[in-house]
Amino acid sequence: MTRFAIPVAIFVALLVLLGVGLKLDPREVPSPLIGKPAPHFELPQLHEAAKTFSERDMLGKVWVLNVWASWCVSCREEHPVLLDLAASGAVPVYGLNYKDKREDGLAWLKGMGDPYKVSIFDFDGRVGIDYGVYGVPETYVIDKKGVIRYKRIGPLTPEIVKSTLLPLVNELDRA
Amino acid sequence: MPRLLAVLLVAFVLPVSAKEAAPAAADPVLEKRVMALSEELRCLVCQNQTLAESNAPLAEDLRNQLREKMREGKSDKEVVDFLVERYGDFVLYRPPLKGTTVLLWFGPLLLLATGFAVLMRRLQRRRAAGGPGVSDAERKRAAELLAGGER
Amino acid sequence: MIPELGQLAAALALCLALAQALLGLVGAARGQAVWMAATRPAARGQFAFVAIAFACLTVSFIYNDFTVAYVASNSNSALPLHYRIAGVWGGHEGSMLLWILMLSVWTFGVTLFSRQLPLEMVARVLGVMGLVSTGFLLFILFTSNPFSRLFPAPPDGRDLNPLLQDPGMVMHPPMLYMGYVGFSIAFSFAVAALLSGRLDAAWARWSRPWTTAAWCFLTVGIALGSGWAYYELGWGGWWFWDPVENASFMPWLTGTALIHSLAVTEKRGAFRSWTVLLAILAFALSLLGTFLVRSGVLTSVHAFATDPTRGIFILALLAIVIGGSLLLYVWRAPAIGLGGGFEPLSRESLLLMNNVIFAAAAGSVLLGTLYPLALDASGLGKISVGPPYFETVFVPLMAPALFLMGVGPLARWKKASLPDLASRLRWAAAAAALAALALPFAMGRWGAMVALGLLLAAWVAASCFVQIWEKVRNASGASGAWARLSVVPRATWGMLLAHFGVAVFVVGVTLVKGYESEKDVRMEPGDTVEIGGYTFRFDGVRDVTGPNYVAGRAQIPVTRNGKVVATLYPEKRIYRVQNQPMTEAAIDTGFTRDLYVSLGEAVSDTAWVVRVHHKPFIDWIWGGCLLMALGGALAASDRRYRLAARRQPEQYAAAAAR
Repeated sequence: MTRFAIPVAIFVALLVLLGVGLKLDPREVPSPLIGKPAPHFELPQLHEAAKTFSERDMLGKVWVLNVWASWCVSCREEHPVLLDLAASGAVPVYGLNYKDKREDGLAWLKGMGDPYKVSIFDFDGRVGIDYGVYGVPETYVIDKKGVIRYKRIGPLTPEIVKSTLLPLVNELDRA
Repeated sequence: MPRLLAVLLVAFVLPVSAKEAAPAAADPVLEKRVMALSEELRCLVCQNQTLAESNAPLAEDLRNQLREKMREGKSDKEVVDFLVERYGDFVLYRPPLKGTTVLLWFGPLLLLATGFAVLMRRLQRRRAAGGPGVSDAERKRAAELLAGGER
Repeated sequence: MIPELGQLAAALALCLALAQALLGLVGAARGQAVWMAATRPAARGQFAFVAIAFACLTVSFIYNDFTVAYVASNSNSALPLHYRIAGVWGGHEGSMLLWILMLSVWTFGVTLFSRQLPLEMVARVLGVMGLVSTGFLLFILFTSNPFSRLFPAPPDGRDLNPLLQDPGMVMHPPMLYMGYVGFSIAFSFAVAALLSGRLDAAWARWSRPWTTAAWCFLTVGIALGSGWAYYELGWGGWWFWDPVENASFMPWLTGTALIHSLAVTEKRGAFRSWTVLLAILAFALSLLGTFLVRSGVLTSVHAFATDPTRGIFILALLAIVIGGSLLLYVWRAPAIGLGGGFEPLSRESLLLMNNVIFAAAAGSVLLGTLYPLALDASGLGKISVGPPYFETVFVPLMAPALFLMGVGPLARWKKASLPDLASRLRWAAAAAALAALALPFAMGRWGAMVALGLLLAAWVAASCFVQIWEKVRNASGASGAWARLSVVPRATWGMLLAHFGVAVFVVGVTLVKGYESEKDVRMEPGDTVEIGGYTFRFDGVRDVTGPNYVAGRAQIPVTRNGKVVATLYPEKRIYRVQNQPMTEAAIDTGFTRDLYVSLGEAVSDTAWVVRVHHKPFIDWIWGGCLLMALGGALAASDRRYRLAARRQPEQYAAAAAR
């Protein structure tokens, strides 16, 4: 008798799965690097090509790494949010200029405003690959020990900064 | 005059320069290996194409990375691990066999085995029961039909 | 004016569909003959108004009415007429209207060809179909209205996606939807049977031709999609196990199980509750497919512009229609009863083994398609399941099915004898073994997978010939081989043709996968490349202009042993409106091979990267599908379904209650 109920039971489970699925984003690729040390790099800076920057320079501090490019449309959306974040002084913001031309990157920052303490120039995108970048913009929060604690795929919004990013930064600062 | 020149050019230059076309890739053997592996990897940008087919810039970059690493002598597994470290299992079209995917890989076999088991049980039970019983109402109806002939 | 007419027609269709549902279901439940009799006219009215709505949308496309938002996003004034018409189903809203049109066409068909069914049964079947129509019409009118206006109207449309500007596009969705939607009839018959509490072999006889017809359309639809992808997408592949492809394949697998299960139920009255369940599941998978494509839950090349609101609506529809019928199943199926008995080795049991395999196959495809979602939803990570998984899993499942395909039709009903079967099939086995051992060498080299594929294909084909030969030899009464064959029912020919089609399909897949080759080369004008015994010469690229695109067209003559076989013109097109580049492959089709050439990038002023493929026997894949569909069509048009029109329904019930 109960065997007749098996199909409907499986079906209900399927409905629940699909219902939950409607809230998820199948295109988002979560990062396997969360909780792991930020991959090492040493790259020239965007403004001063002779100087380099490495993630090791930031050990002992909590910082935000934002991946951007002048050809990226969504980056325009999030730029005001970054400017606000940098102005607030809550956490230093560093930029990774991904697969761009130096002149274009500089011109973009000049026109849009520069929230970054330092902008790093990743010409061929290799460092981006090391960080698992697949779509610009992406933003990382890295703690004092150099471990990646959070990754935001897509533009930053004020809600995300308020509800996720800043609380996390505060928590990491206290640690 | 230009026409004649063009014709002469085609007639003489073409056959002279005609040759067996060179492979598009610099190292065809390596390329084959790169493409074979890329067919099993997922393009993260388009997400519905393999890394081999995709024309997205990231796909080209990743293929270049594959080429470089293979040239350095890395094995297929090392190259795949390199990508999985950065992008997770999502990048593999052949899901790895781990705790969370056991059900996936053994599911089909399980379905088949369960199906056959149920079928066998049902057949045995049917045999033991000696065929279906005919209900009394049906018996009565049959008798009526046989007695009265076809309407 | 016209779009408003279309919208009005759709709204009227909704009212009629609702009427059809209520008159049919409530009328049958209450035994009200007048209501039941009114179901047919209501259904026909619904069809008429849906057709009007569809016509209105088509007219809007033909006359480039860009005040209609849907036309503006899927068409363009430079688009040729036939693609403007095809554009009607190029996007979500229009393709949903096409879905509904197909449903109303099938509904209309049921009203025409159901004279011999008892009124109560017809009323219930139409009633259930009316419910489904109501659901979808509500969906269109409330979330996906193709008639929405756009003000201010843009000067020109955004053009149909260039990928869809192809003859295959014109036919693929209509065929596919005829198939998907056709399973709603088997579904409606099943639900009607559960509601009436009466499920006998006659029910199977009524259901069967409709189900087989739907299966034919689905086969053609899937084959067209696969052929179109091969022809159009430029990478030479023909099946990607993409979620939407799987969404069409699952109903096909379940539908195949269903038509075989109906055979058992019709002939012997056995396994009725299983057949009913399969009918519900086949349509459930059709609806699930609709959900997957339009909700955004899975990424796919096919996905329409997705919208979670639409997803919720379809999910609700799915829950009501399928959840409702499965609950009905829990309530009524136990009363259905067993039916005729049979031995563990008999045609019935072999057909049921076929069912187990096809059901397991459908389940496996479902598992693979939804597994990434399941893991993501439970927070266990994100994986991808692609062709490597499906191919590893699917082939071992199908191999036993192919073996059984050779044995099943020869087995007797109720009780078959193993020694008898073995003896009758010994020559088929020998032929199969010979094919597996020897044929690969004819292709160049021996391989285990190729041998296996050829073994199974030859086995099935040889078994078909054994069956024909036995009919010639054994038919009593008639004299002469021809006379004996002419008394064989059409349905049997249909089965033989369809099974033979499967063998042809397997040969195509096996040989193309085993022996295809490709070369990726850089060519200057005059350069040649050789593959599969054919020589391709690159004559350079010319600029050409199409109706709505500009292209670079290469000229590539192909020779074999010095003789020109074909001249191919692959193109690299840029469609002006969307500024989208597209590779247009050039294919020389042949019975034993395809030559496939596509252009890569220009690497210098004169040199281009060219990719040439040699694909042996690839057209046997679609040829096999066509044979399968033809076989199905033959079977569906068997005399006994048409003759049955003369008989009284009550006699049927009595006859089948044996």
